[in-house]
Amino acid sequence: MKTNDVILQTATKVVSLVIVLFSIRLFFSGHYYAGGGFVGGLMTSAAIVLIMVAYDMKTVRAMLPINYRILIGVGLLTAVSTGLIAVFQGDPFLTHYYGYFDLPILGKTSLHTAALFDLGVYLVVVGVTMTIIQSIGESE
Amino acid sequence: MSLLHWAILSPFLLAIIIPLMYKYAKRVHTGWFVLWLPLVLFIYFISKVTKISNGTTIRETVQWIPSLNINFDVVIDGLSLLFALLITGIGSLVVLYSIFYLSKKKEKLHNFYVYLLLFMGAMLGVVLSDNLIVLYTFWEFTSLSSFLLIGYWYHRERSRYGAQKSMLITVFGGLSMLGGIVLLYVMGGTFSIRELIAQAGTLINHDLFIAAAILILLGAFTKSAQFPFHIWLPDAMEAPTPVSAYLHSATMVKAGLYLVARLSPLFAAEGIWLWLVAGIGLLTLVWGSFSAIRQTDLKGILAFSTVSQLGLIMSLLGLGAAALHYPIDDNIYIATTVAAVFHLINHATFKGSLFMVVGIVDHETGTRDIRKLGGLMSLMPITFTIAVIGAFSMAGLPPFNGFLSKEMFFTGMLSVLTLDIFNFETWGVLFPVFAWIASVFTFTYSMIIVFKTFTGKLQPEKLEKKPHEAPVGMLISPIILAVLVVVFGLFPNLLTDSIILPAASAILGDAMPADYHIHISMWHGFQPELFMTIGVVLLGIILYKTWPKWKVVYKPFTEKWSFNSLYNNGLKYMEYGSNKLAVNTMTGSIRNYLLYIFFFLIVSLGFTLFWKDAFSISLDNTAPIGFYELVLAVIISIGAISILFVKSRLTSIIVLGSVGYTVSLFFVLFRAPDLALTQLVIETVSTALFLLCFYHLPENFRKEERIRFKLTNFMISLGVGVVVTLIALSASSTKLFDSISQYYVDTTYTEAGGQNMVNVILVDYRGLDTMFEITVLGLAALGIYGMIKLRLTKQGGKKANENK
Repeated sequence: MKTNDVILQTATKVVSLVIVLFSIRLFFSGHYYAGGGFVGGLMTSAAIVLIMVAYDMKTVRAMLPINYRILIGVGLLTAVSTGLIAVFQGDPFLTHYYGYFDLPILGKTSLHTAALFDLGVYLVVVGVTMTIIQSIGESE
Repeated sequence: MSLLHWAILSPFLLAIIIPLMYKYAKRVHTGWFVLWLPLVLFIYFISKVTKISNGTTIRETVQWIPSLNINFDVVIDGLSLLFALLITGIGSLVVLYSIFYLSKKKEKLHNFYVYLLLFMGAMLGVVLSDNLIVLYTFWEFTSLSSFLLIGYWYHRERSRYGAQKSMLITVFGGLSMLGGIVLLYVMGGTFSIRELIAQAGTLINHDLFIAAAILILLGAFTKSAQFPFHIWLPDAMEAPTPVSAYLHSATMVKAGLYLVARLSPLFAAEGIWLWLVAGIGLLTLVWGSFSAIRQTDLKGILAFSTVSQLGLIMSLLGLGAAALHYPIDDNIYIATTVAAVFHLINHATFKGSLFMVVGIVDHETGTRDIRKLGGLMSLMPITFTIAVIGAFSMAGLPPFNGFLSKEMFFTGMLSVLTLDIFNFETWGVLFPVFAWIASVFTFTYSMIIVFKTFTGKLQPEKLEKKPHEAPVGMLISPIILAVLVVVFGLFPNLLTDSIILPAASAILGDAMPADYHIHISMWHGFQPELFMTIGVVLLGIILYKTWPKWKVVYKPFTEKWSFNSLYNNGLKYMEYGSNKLAVNTMTGSIRNYLLYIFFFLIVSLGFTLFWKDAFSISLDNTAPIGFYELVLAVIISIGAISILFVKSRLTSIIVLGSVGYTVSLFFVLFRAPDLALTQLVIETVSTALFLLCFYHLPENFRKEERIRFKLTNFMISLGVGVVVTLIALSASSTKLFDSISQYYVDTTYTEAGGQNMVNVILVDYRGLDTMFEITVLGLAALGIYGMIKLRLTKQGGKKANENK
């Protein structure tokens, strides 16, 4: 019997967007409020998992053609290279820099290399969670 | 590197080349390529004799590990020279003998000569080194090469047994000796024997002095086959006869004697040294000669006779050390040391020749069993003559050299009666008595060797080969040795000034008067020694004639009650015990290992807590308990405890989830929003994973079952809980310093530009930790991926990657 998941699937379309937005919000607010790369990454994965539950793995793979194992590597690389910036500046590894900048459209904005590091954490967490869930889900 | 260093190292260098010679010069017996080296070395050492007898010592140094005070220091004095001459001289004769003894076609000659050369070089190193660590290195080299030589016919079970036994015993002694050497270094601050001897006066008061003496003696006793470590020597007779002649009569077994003689000036001030060396030597002498008579194998008799003669020399060395306690003038104990040195030379000559004779008999008849042998006198006249000379010298009959050294031995033993130090006056009277009894036994077994082998009736049906005289080449070496026996007997003063006196003065050091003169004469008048010898001969002849009648004496000494069975059973039960221990503790069950780990956690932590009196509770810094905390604590306790009692695994997964969510509520309550968020998500994920595991469990694991109660598990869990709680209470009650968190509070914004302190610590202050934590996550994910995707099956990976 083929089940009809129309309510779930429709709801997913709306809810997953909200979750993604929430996860991005958690990620960016990390330095000032509760949140950060770790929870942000987990939330993003939660959104993807919700899509998986509502549709199936194939759809998700077509929608997001990402190899999550490579994502882990990219994340680690981001984190390490953030640390290496400081080395090239002549400071100890993982020294962070921050300050206010005048950007063309955004105007006066505070930028912080720690956010890049957090991005690495975020990518690794998404990659890790999705790798685990995908491999378990596809195994017999 | 001086010439002397090259002399020591030359056998090692030749050993490298020998296999090539064996391979490319197949027509010539490999032994001929070896023979020249000991001859050259012998001549080289002979050339030093005049210099040494004038009282000089030759000293050469090559740096090896100068930072650890370990240098390749080589010193030749009288004692070293004597041993070097023995090693190279007998070495040449043995190599010559082995050329005719070992068949070119059947034997692996390259192995034999490589081992023999290794041994020769090592032995030279032992006697010439001044540095104790270098001496130890060469010492272990002798053990190793001896092991290889005993196991030369490695396809025989007895050879392997003998090799293992000698290895275990001598290495045990060698390691003890290393301990002694280290103690000496701790005390004296140097590895040099001469420098240590120079400080002997101050070292004797050190606490470690006696320990060092005993450890060093263990090394010497095991090497020289002293009681009760003598058991390896009879089993080492499985080696080819040239090896037995060289290692187990003339050289290696004398390494222990060398060590005792060398260190006498250092340790002789201690009474325990005198008692141990002299006493154990005497015991070995008596026991060895007593045991030799019951042997039926010719080499067995010679092995025990070697043991007993080594004991003789050892006891002489022990008593000779007493010379250091008496005034230089008119010191009778110097003669005892001289006797030891003299007998050392004599023993090397007659025992070497006897071993070679036995080798010839074995080679020409196919057996060494005296019950099968007899009547060879007319068939092998030359061999018989050599045997008579060797055995009569060993028995101590004139005009051979053994007679002289035995007379001197009796003199030495009688001098114990006047010894009045270290309580020798009470028990010392036993020394001459035991020495006399042992000489009687020595006489008897010497007669057995000669007359049971060469006289009586020939039993050709029991022999494997038709007996005939040995080839000339095989006879050369024993003839030379036998001639030496006679020459040293008739002209005993030939060597006194050139070799014996320098050796004795090297042993005694300062106690030797400068103008001491040795005169050994065959006839010394009607002294007690002469009557003792006459008694030995008379009683010995009676014992030999009545030997079959008093055999019963040996009945109580069955194999069951011997030191051999002690060794065998010791080895057996050690293996059995360690196997039992391993089987009983290494059960393979993870539960057991966890029990051990937790048990030791409880014991070590709990013991430390109370031993250091660290347990304390103070309520000064505790916060008030709020209503919510109480409620949550009750909830979490109910959850944790109920996991133990629920039947279904599914329930326990859900209860565990509830515990996790309660923890996240605790985080909320204790104002940790980041932790609460993360805990919430992670708890969800892990609960889902648990459910996944449950879903895939095999049918029969899914059935509902209560956890079985086990008292040990209960006790251990309770113990861990209690100990950890106590430690947590004590730790929080004793704050030694303030927390460093105020720094973070102050600088989160000013230094790091953030306001979420947790996150700033995670990515900024302590970003390195975070970096490696995400690495851990990445590795875990890849691990899971790998485990699921790559299923290598048992068929060698054929079905690998089938799930791709």
